[in-house]
Amino acid sequence: MGIGLYIHIPFCLKKCNYCDFISYGFKPALVKAYLTALDKEMALYSNSLPPEEKQLETIYIGGGTPTCLRANELYEVLKACRHYFTWPPEIEVTVEANPGTVDLEKLTVLRRENVNRLSLGVQTDSDNLLQVLGRQHTFEQAVEAVCLARQAGFSNLNLDLIFGIPGQTLTSWRECLAKTVNLSPQHVSIYNLQLEEETPLWKKVKSGQLKTCPEETELAMYEQAIEFLKDNNYIQYEISNFAQTGYQCQHNLRYWRNISYLGLGLSAHSYLARCRFNNTENINTYLNCLTEGKLPVSRVEFISKQVEMQETVFLGLRLMQGLDLIKFFARFGCCIEDVFTAQLKNLLYLGLVEINGLSLRLTKNGLPVANFVFREFV
Amino acid sequence: MSDELKNIRNFCIIAHIDHGKSTLADRLLEYTGALSEREMTDQFLDQMDLERERGITIKAKAVRLTYQARDGHVYQLNLIDTPGHVDFAYEVSRSLAACEGALLVIDAVQGIEAQTLANTYLALENNLTIIPVINKIDLPNANPIKVKEEIEEIIGLDAAEAVLVSAKLGTGTEEVLEHIVKIIPPPKGNKGASLKALIFDSHYDSYKGVVVYVRVIDGYLEKGQRIKMMSSQVEHEVAEVGVFRPTMQIGQKLSAGEVGFMAAGIKNIGEIQVGDTITTVINPAHEPLPGYRKVTPMVYCGLYPADAGDYADLKNALEKLQLNDASMVFEAETSEALGFGFRCGFLGLLHKEIIQERLEREYKLNLITTAPSVVYRVTVNSGQEYYIENPAKLPPPGKYIKLEEPYVLATILVPQEFIGAVMELCQERRGEFKNMEHLGNKRPMLSYKIPLSEIIYDFFDQLKSRTKGYASLDYELTGYEESNLVKLNILINNEPVDALSYIVHKDKAYFRGRQLVEKLRSLIPRQLFDIPVQASIGNKIIARETIKAKRKDVLAKCYGGDITRKRKLLEKQREGKKRMKQLGNIEIPQEAFMAVLKIEEK
Ligand SMILES: Nc1nc2c(ncn2[C@@H]2O[C@H](COP(=O)(O)OP(=O)(O)OP(=O)(O)O)[C@@H](O)[C@H]2O)c(=O)[nH]1
Ligand code: SF4
Ligand SMILES: [Mg+2]
Repeated sequence: MGIGLYIHIPFCLKKCNYCDFISYGFKPALVKAYLTALDKEMALYSNSLPPEEKQLETIYIGGGTPTCLRANELYEVLKACRHYFTWPPEIEVTVEANPGTVDLEKLTVLRRENVNRLSLGVQTDSDNLLQVLGRQHTFEQAVEAVCLARQAGFSNLNLDLIFGIPGQTLTSWRECLAKTVNLSPQHVSIYNLQLEEETPLWKKVKSGQLKTCPEETELAMYEQAIEFLKDNNYIQYEISNFAQTGYQCQHNLRYWRNISYLGLGLSAHSYLARCRFNNTENINTYLNCLTEGKLPVSRVEFISKQVEMQETVFLGLRLMQGLDLIKFFARFGCCIEDVFTAQLKNLLYLGLVEINGLSLRLTKNGLPVANFVFREFV
Repeated sequence: MSDELKNIRNFCIIAHIDHGKSTLADRLLEYTGALSEREMTDQFLDQMDLERERGITIKAKAVRLTYQARDGHVYQLNLIDTPGHVDFAYEVSRSLAACEGALLVIDAVQGIEAQTLANTYLALENNLTIIPVINKIDLPNANPIKVKEEIEEIIGLDAAEAVLVSAKLGTGTEEVLEHIVKIIPPPKGNKGASLKALIFDSHYDSYKGVVVYVRVIDGYLEKGQRIKMMSSQVEHEVAEVGVFRPTMQIGQKLSAGEVGFMAAGIKNIGEIQVGDTITTVINPAHEPLPGYRKVTPMVYCGLYPADAGDYADLKNALEKLQLNDASMVFEAETSEALGFGFRCGFLGLLHKEIIQERLEREYKLNLITTAPSVVYRVTVNSGQEYYIENPAKLPPPGKYIKLEEPYVLATILVPQEFIGAVMELCQERRGEFKNMEHLGNKRPMLSYKIPLSEIIYDFFDQLKSRTKGYASLDYELTGYEESNLVKLNILINNEPVDALSYIVHKDKAYFRGRQLVEKLRSLIPRQLFDIPVQASIGNKIIARETIKAKRKDVLAKCYGGDITRKRKLLEKQREGKKRMKQLGNIEIPQEAFMAVLKIEEK
């Protein structure tokens, strides 16, 4: 069994108002140092991992905004992957991109280097709301980015959307969905805006300058999206993810199926050999470690069987097809009903989950309160 | 008198809260070399985490010091630092019985306050020699002259003997020590007589068993001796004796006049009672020492383990804590809502809070407490009287003929300009004016008769805030009187919750009912269905709120591969759930059971 490879590019043109990801403003010198360090990190793993754990099954380059790198820099990153790992042709290779940071040259390079999936942070169709979010682009630029991607030869496109933005209404959200579907992406992700503490957006809401959407509206937006996308042949396969047949994101599926992945770059997370570990979130520490030839790992957690079972369940339940009970048995050597007897009994009684054939999954009622269900298992 | 006794001085430090007792103790420890500079921390004797966090003394603490006086002799000084808060007055009274003298610390800015008086009276009752110590003379607005006048006019002590100190800077420390040696009489006891040792405190140690703090009055205590407790008649063999300097130091023997500790491998906590007398099996004393007055708890509340499986642990912890705090009482009770637990009595709300926190920290227990309540007295139709420590136990209306509540006589020392504000507050709290005198022709002192239930909650905070911190309060129980009281029931999801019922004056019932349901609505998290919350008197609903169902609990952002963060988040929420009590299929957070407290007057 191979692994999924995640590479974090922690740079953006400018920080968005709601963002609490690890991302820094774009500074050429810093980027250069970072890419050198990243190369070293790949080398370290390449020297130490057994061959089967260098066998890539998916690649995902995320951020930040990977596309704020220059074409040749992106090329170098991809070349390094090819050099240090075993990269079979035809595997899913995703790059995250933001409108306003892509041009035909970059996209062509990506496509040529076997990147076959582009994930675009469109977020919303309204320029006003884009401003509320503090995004560095307009909707027009998003449309343009989609066209460029097509031109460059991408045929697997994801568009990220956010709902529940202060000022957004049910009607405007519907319009946003319609315009998105009009761009005919293969995949759509929708996220409910979360106010992360200390972000500019959070401060504005706290000080009363902006008002969040009422909970009922957010729920209605969510339900509307599910219905609208379904009507347009996007199948919901995960709580926040919708895809045309055959276009589910293979990389993200690994997370939900709770199988191995290696994360490289600042703050990246990995799950290998029943260990979860992650890199430091401090860019200087990251650079220094690699200069000294050390892995920049800041935390390692061994996952016990018990925890692995818990995680497998609450991650698996995120998928609409649910958790495969046979696979669960094969993986852990016990029946889920014996491990989580009381929890299952209660949740089945409340009608929040169902056992359908050989899978355990959220019901329609369970979906909007999924966290409640997940909590039962930790 | 033997030479040994001649060079011993036993004294405690008493004062109103925050007048600087523990800081003065620091200086005495430092000056006599009991602690090196390196070991020294501010308020060294306040060792408990809770004491350090809150900056107050909770437990009285004994330490032995060695002091070479100006007269050339070396003295053994046994010091007991006491707490100043009114809730811990019992700690003071126990300590007094182990001493011949007391340092009465008075803040040079604040002057005499309510507990200065109360503690002075206690010391006088115990026939102690009092040395007034005027502290904080370093402060710019210190007024030692005025304080001296107050000492003479209000307390009637000779202010010529007062020592002026700054415990902070160390000014006057030697003077204090010299006064102790000169003025406080040495202990009287007879080393040759049968052993009589007063147990004034104790704590539990997992290796030594019960560690008993004693003041030896007659005879001596030493390792290997067969001893017995005079009230319970249980016998033991002394395993070790020693003194606090300030850490426990094992010694040879404790003789008449001395203060120290004794351990005898006592595992059965019930055998040790504070106030009991220890004597020897062979040649025992005939009469025990007078011992202590039994304390009457002022407030009761239910203490329940959040996890029913912890009941035995809670019982065990309460027993051990009681050993270290004889003023707390408890007995088993059950609640429909909360299961098996204990009704515990405390000397006040701070006392309750401290005990609860100690249980949670020192014994790692997760507790639910119900709202505190005073003890009501009810006369049922048959004419019989009962004391009601738990409002849930009050018979329904019609089943009793008389309901009475405890009253206190509150004495409040307050500067002239705030008299009006204090009177207004007392009026709001159903107080009845009794008297106003001017202590020493100067300091106004108001006396009010007030229901205890009106005092225990936030009266003190209100008093402080309405008098800019200048008023001080002391109170004592006077007895029971009939009041127009009703029981407020709370229904959640249409089920009465016994642990939330509450006895309140009829005039305030409607208002309180409304406030309470509103508070509960904000405290109880939304669940997957609507929950009505109601307040009723008898069968009449007087207030109602609905907790709207939670329909959305999902859609957290995708954190990529950071599963740990996700799991931690779920775990944290889950922890929150653990602190909740399951009533049927409703989860009620622990604070909800204390909601009554949080709505007391705004
Ligand atoms: N300026 C000044 N402050 C002092 C002096 N003595 C004590 N304090 C301060 O007064 C506060 C209370 O001191 P403590 O020694 O804790 O008082 P206490 O009487 O032991 O208090 P309780 O045990 O809680 O009743 C602390 O902040 C001390 O630093 C002094 O001589 N001068
Ligand atoms: S583009 Fe994404 S990572 Fe960058 S600042 Fe905006 S939200 Fe954060
Ligand atoms: Mg103190």
